[in-house]
Amino acid sequence: MKNMWIVVTIALVLVTVGTVAFHIWSPWWFTPIASNWGFIDDTIVLTFWVTGVVFIAILLFMAYCVMRFRYKEGHRSEYEPENTKLEVWLSVLTGIGVVIMLAPGLFAWNQFITVPEGADRVEVMGQQWQWSYRYPGADGVLGTTSATLIDEDNTFGVNTNDANGLDDILIEGDELHLPLGRPVKILLRSIDVLHDFYVPQFRAKMDMVPGTVTYIWLTPTRIGTFDILCFELCGIGHYNMRSTVVVEEEADYQAWLQEQSTFAEIMAEAGRNLGSNADVRLSENTDLSVTSTVTQ
Amino acid sequence: MSTTTAPADSDLVRPAEVEEVELYHAKSFITKYIFSQDAKVIAIQYSVTATAIGFVGLVLSWLMRLQLGFPDFFSFIDATDYYQFITLHGMIMVIYLLTALFLGGFGNYLIPLMIGARDMVFPYVNMLSYWIYLLAVLVLLASFFVPGGPTGAGWTLYPPQAILSGTPGSEGGIILMLVSLALFIIGFTMGGLNYVVTVLQARTRGMTLMRMPLSIWGIFVATVLALLAFPALFVGAVMMTFDSLLGTSFFMPVIVEFNEQLEYGGGSPILFQHLFWFFGHPEVYIVALPAFGIVSDLISVHSRRHIFGYRMMVWALVGIGALSFVVWAHHMYVSGMNPWFGFFFATTTLIIAVPTALKVYNWTLTLWKGNIRLTIPMLFSLAFIVTFVNGGITGLFLGNVAVDVPLSDTMFVVAHFHMVMGVAPLLVVFGAIYHWFPLVTGRMFHQGMAQFHFWVTFIGAYLIFLPLHYLGFLGVPRRYFEMGDTSFIPESAATLNSFVTIVALIVGFAQLVFIYNLARSTTKGKISERNPWQATTLEWQTPQVPPGHGNFGAELPVVYRWAYEYGLPGARDDFVPQNTPPDQVMADGGGEVEPSPQPAE
Repeated sequence: MKNMWIVVTIALVLVTVGTVAFHIWSPWWFTPIASNWGFIDDTIVLTFWVTGVVFIAILLFMAYCVMRFRYKEGHRSEYEPENTKLEVWLSVLTGIGVVIMLAPGLFAWNQFITVPEGADRVEVMGQQWQWSYRYPGADGVLGTTSATLIDEDNTFGVNTNDANGLDDILIEGDELHLPLGRPVKILLRSIDVLHDFYVPQFRAKMDMVPGTVTYIWLTPTRIGTFDILCFELCGIGHYNMRSTVVVEEEADYQAWLQEQSTFAEIMAEAGRNLGSNADVRLSENTDLSVTSTVTQ
Repeated sequence: MSTTTAPADSDLVRPAEVEEVELYHAKSFITKYIFSQDAKVIAIQYSVTATAIGFVGLVLSWLMRLQLGFPDFFSFIDATDYYQFITLHGMIMVIYLLTALFLGGFGNYLIPLMIGARDMVFPYVNMLSYWIYLLAVLVLLASFFVPGGPTGAGWTLYPPQAILSGTPGSEGGIILMLVSLALFIIGFTMGGLNYVVTVLQARTRGMTLMRMPLSIWGIFVATVLALLAFPALFVGAVMMTFDSLLGTSFFMPVIVEFNEQLEYGGGSPILFQHLFWFFGHPEVYIVALPAFGIVSDLISVHSRRHIFGYRMMVWALVGIGALSFVVWAHHMYVSGMNPWFGFFFATTTLIIAVPTALKVYNWTLTLWKGNIRLTIPMLFSLAFIVTFVNGGITGLFLGNVAVDVPLSDTMFVVAHFHMVMGVAPLLVVFGAIYHWFPLVTGRMFHQGMAQFHFWVTFIGAYLIFLPLHYLGFLGVPRRYFEMGDTSFIPESAATLNSFVTIVALIVGFAQLVFIYNLARSTTKGKISERNPWQATTLEWQTPQVPPGHGNFGAELPVVYRWAYEYGLPGARDDFVPQNTPPDQVMADGGGEVEPSPQPAE
């Protein structure tokens, strides 16, 4: 077709304009944030600017070439196999673009993995296909656990020999509650397969890996009730593995916490003795969570 | 340094050092066309098998799109089916279609022809390679018919779930999947060693490495990557098979499954992820590098202009290939591995953007000041650049560690990798098939059908995958059988999903037109003229079209210049084939002169 160049030029311009227009007016964008990780959102927007400029420039340049250098019988292309100066310039510019994006990315990651001193702790435990939560109780320390200790009464596998664990507050089949404005380190643990704890409004996620304890930290910044979803394929019920997190004022949070049962209460109700489990290697829930002792 | 690309350095043509090795001459129909040792026949066998299994993958994608687009409508698709569909779709498309087609298909056809060899150096092993690949495909298909069906563990096959009862196909399906992968790797290794040795040892006189067409460079580097990367997947597959069948615990820690203590303990699920992605990331480039190489040649031929910055293009291929081995853990930022790795892998990942961007610049700079013919292969090449740039820049989001955290495991990831390693390489596959169709069959494809195929595929694929990124921003997870009720996903997202499904079905239909076009044109197409695109590379200079047994006539061609002699000032034609003797190049009948504009130092 003789006038194909018109069609292709218009198509390339339309793809460029259409993509930008879709980006600007699309109704689908980040769900409003409810944590301290706004810097991650900012880095994404910055990345959009840098890469968006490159995308537009390349596509429009292609459209220009298709139009300007369309086939003409008897015409010859220009012979210039290399242009080192141009290639060096383009490399340097690309390198600068990469640094502009990478620097804030690494900065944000450093914040992401560095838990502030004195952050609260709560443990999230995943299993096919439900969520359970454990709070450290009055002493502020989570007791040690092991998957080998799990049975029908001790569903978290808490070490009954460990005094720190007796006052731990256990939540099964119910909501997670977090107080507004307090940094919290969320320790993540699974007893069967990989899971992933994610609240879209919090922006922070991490896989939960059986045999080890992982973590994220965040500060809830908005009161509300948000969905918790599993974000790592965990079998046939993956899409149904959901829960909710309630972010509330400190007073409401404390009132809710008072109503919950401790590990010692639950075991007493089941008629089980404490301080009697076998000696096993236990997870330590330390700050080195990711490398903490594997249970066995 | 300019001597390496200077087109006229005919002193590089040395006298033949060794006698030609006698070829295997097939006599019966069976040895010619079934158990064939001719790389061209093996290439067709690979391509047909890969396309056939690719259609299975395509149909699976329709089924999963039906579920996503109309979740309440298709009651015959349950969660088990859905997870089996996504798993097999991913595995088929990445391994059994793209890897097999680029290396087994294009590699076999193009390597001997483009470097001026009569065949691969190990034809018998080459034949075995195909038959083992076919066996791998059959074992994969067999998993549909075992109790429990094929595995639904996701194409990443992460343990522990891949071999536990909560995942579909955890009895027979996963074992057949692992066995099939192991077979594929064995078959590929046979072919791959062949491609590498052939490129290094069997190039004709004058075909220096720095005169090779970029198609061959892309296939060559990809093959080296595959030979180094696939063993990691192989050992991972063997270890997981042991965990499942023999009760070892390579990847299995203490597990309480549905209130029952299992007999496992002490293993690491993350170890499997390291093995998988040590293979899996180079795999992206095993698919991408042949596409990079081939599209470079298509753009150059159809722009009637030399590739811009040939040496840079070669070193970018090699550099990307090398870097691809030190970026794998960017797939694992939220896997629970030691978070300090994040700094290293984010840095290496973003560094890859530099050579990759340079390739894009050089493709567009090849168009610049060219004489662009908007043939079907050229249209696909332009569409490749568009989708590759789009999919490449979203890689900068996912590679940048902290930015990846909210996007990981969302539809953004699905959109990204489909755009960059699904749509973009497939557009090159289509362009390449149209480009070489006249060579393989001696006939021309139907232009109208090809135009239809191009526009529906390009615009359709873009309409499918561009909006999916934005569902990812919203927080829509991947691998969800159904979204159900959430507080953060608006109704409009379901509408978008229905739209995407409809477009996907239309794009799928266009592929049937493509297949019909090829099938019909093979026997009924117009007889093509020789070298219809006026290309310089050796495969178009064979005495017979399609090339016969042994590819070239009595004498192997001698190469006098690089593969991109288009628009040479003063030359008789606007292209000079690689094997045209220097004294037949110039319009005035004189010898070739040093071309005027030399690359700056």
